[in-house]
Amino acid sequence: MSGDRLDGLSVRDVRVSFDGFTAVDGVSLEVPAGDIRFLIGPNGAGKTTLVDAITGLVRATGSVRFGDHELLGRPVHRISRLGIGRTFQTSAVFEELSVLQNLDIAAGARRSLATLARRRREVPDEVAAALETIGLAERAGHPAGTLAHGQKQWLEIGMLLVQDARLLLLDEPVAGMSHEERDATGALLETVSQDRTVVVIEHDMDFLRRFARSVTVLHAGRVLSEGTVAQVQADPRVQEVYLGHPVDAGSAPTGREA
Amino acid sequence: MTAVTPAPPSIADDPAPTGVVPPARPGGRFRLRTAAGFAFGAALLFAVAPLVLSDFRLSLLAKYLCVAMVAVGIGIAWGRGGMLTLGQGVFFGLGGYAMAMHLKLADAGPGGMPDFMLLYGQLDELPLWWRPFASPWFALPATVLLPMVVAFGLGSLVFRRRVRGAYFAILSQALAAAMVILLIGQQGTTGGTNGLTDIKGFFGYDLDDPVNQRMVYFIIAGTLLALLALTRQLIHSRYGELLVAVRDGEERVRFLGYDPASVKLVAYVVAAGMAGLAGALFVPAVGIISPALIGIVPSIEFVIGVAVGGRATLLGPVLGAVAVAWARTTLSERFPGTWTYLQGLLFVVVVAFLPGGLASLWALARRRAGDAESRRRGWLPLGRRRVERTEVPAA
Repeated sequence: MSGDRLDGLSVRDVRVSFDGFTAVDGVSLEVPAGDIRFLIGPNGAGKTTLVDAITGLVRATGSVRFGDHELLGRPVHRISRLGIGRTFQTSAVFEELSVLQNLDIAAGARRSLATLARRRREVPDEVAAALETIGLAERAGHPAGTLAHGQKQWLEIGMLLVQDARLLLLDEPVAGMSHEERDATGALLETVSQDRTVVVIEHDMDFLRRFARSVTVLHAGRVLSEGTVAQVQADPRVQEVYLGHPVDAGSAPTGREA
Repeated sequence: MTAVTPAPPSIADDPAPTGVVPPARPGGRFRLRTAAGFAFGAALLFAVAPLVLSDFRLSLLAKYLCVAMVAVGIGIAWGRGGMLTLGQGVFFGLGGYAMAMHLKLADAGPGGMPDFMLLYGQLDELPLWWRPFASPWFALPATVLLPMVVAFGLGSLVFRRRVRGAYFAILSQALAAAMVILLIGQQGTTGGTNGLTDIKGFFGYDLDDPVNQRMVYFIIAGTLLALLALTRQLIHSRYGELLVAVRDGEERVRFLGYDPASVKLVAYVVAAGMAGLAGALFVPAVGIISPALIGIVPSIEFVIGVAVGGRATLLGPVLGAVAVAWARTTLSERFPGTWTYLQGLLFVVVVAFLPGGLASLWALARRRAGDAESRRRGWLPLGRRRVERTEVPAA
């Protein structure tokens, strides 16, 4: 059910301005295929705006390539069809449709008109597989609106899986989750990254330490630091941004900044 | 119920002897119920109504059923697609005028000019754009296709620019106003405020004859049932689910790789086609089409019926439209002048206290019984779902 090949994301000198305010100011970063890259940074650092630019929600200059395709300048749904899927800070499942219907719609962007005009007769294979992967098979028939917060986030990830996204951009996937749910989400990320590239915006440092393979720190629209978790934590510039002053390596950054 | 019963009765008549493929699709019982529903509707419309109603009341019912056809379309566009269209009168009018033009030309005297053109006396010959309507092969398809083409053009512009919510509602209403102004302004070729009146024949049949009026009623009733069958298929298809998804999360759908503008466009065009067909059948039933029947006020009245009945359901719009139209006739006979206020009050009460319309009362009663089974099968019954309390869907 996964993509045929593993592609990396290449962001070059991307800039996004809103009425003179520059939210993303020349960001370049390379996410190799199969990575789990965490994007962190204080509020207003431009993390979500960068993801918005990659997915076509806001206009940007520069270049964003995924595999062989340039993404900038394409409409949102075309970018999505190239295999880029994202989630949002607030969960955006279709609350009145069942879990199964949510997944079925996510799986269907390439369906022909004739298929759309008919009823579904059975559960598509990729939908059944995703239901197992995200652990919601039991809840398949329930309206998505009745799911717990964490389950909605998983459903969103499941929707990206059946959508056949090969690049997953997740905006704060574990916000508001319990410890158990975070662990389950982390395990889910490791599973899906076997044949996909994953970019996660996250504030939860504990979660980051456990599941990040690499980290990019954004600050004021620029890349402040990049590397492994240990490298980034040891970077005095990162400590300064997070705590206001450099401290001993290893103790910062900690906790969630508000 | 004895201990011997192997399964609850609800699935006993859906045995699925192979047991391999799960019944993802609502099974035989569901289809049977639908067939029974349609048979009941057909019996009501084709047998009971003609027996118990006088010719006068039956022709009123024919008129209401035309309004109900518009309502079915609004149910798709608004109830399912979240597009509050306050301008269905435009499409109703296009269909109605296309039909009326043909019937006027068929009725016309030796000069081939409709009577009102001779009356105003400004024209020596039939205007160019009237001529194709002389042929039924052009005029009849045009009653449906013309509204659809206009809706396609308008919808392409509007949905791609992401005009929605209240802005879309206002825009569609403005279109109804513009159409009325255009018709009145071109009095010499459109009949102006009077509209196209005195339509006496319908493809060779005299419309003054009660037998032929009855035939028109049967055509209308049959068409309504066909539209309901079409709508039922549409809302239960994958497209129907997608449309609901677009209604509830347009941006999210975009990120799944769909173009929501196209999804909405289909629903809007279908609704326009239904309104056009309704307009076309309205003309032989009532004998007139005029700007007053297609402007802002009738356009809003179409929507009120849908809201009262339950916009997201299959039958709600039909029953609501017929009920409101019937109440309008009866109450305005008895209390002329107060109906407008009553109608407004009804709309406010429904929107404020019963956003799902009267259908939500029915749904409430059935929810406990019906949903458990559907849940087990994995698909929610789309027609029996809570409707958001918001009047205008959030942008």
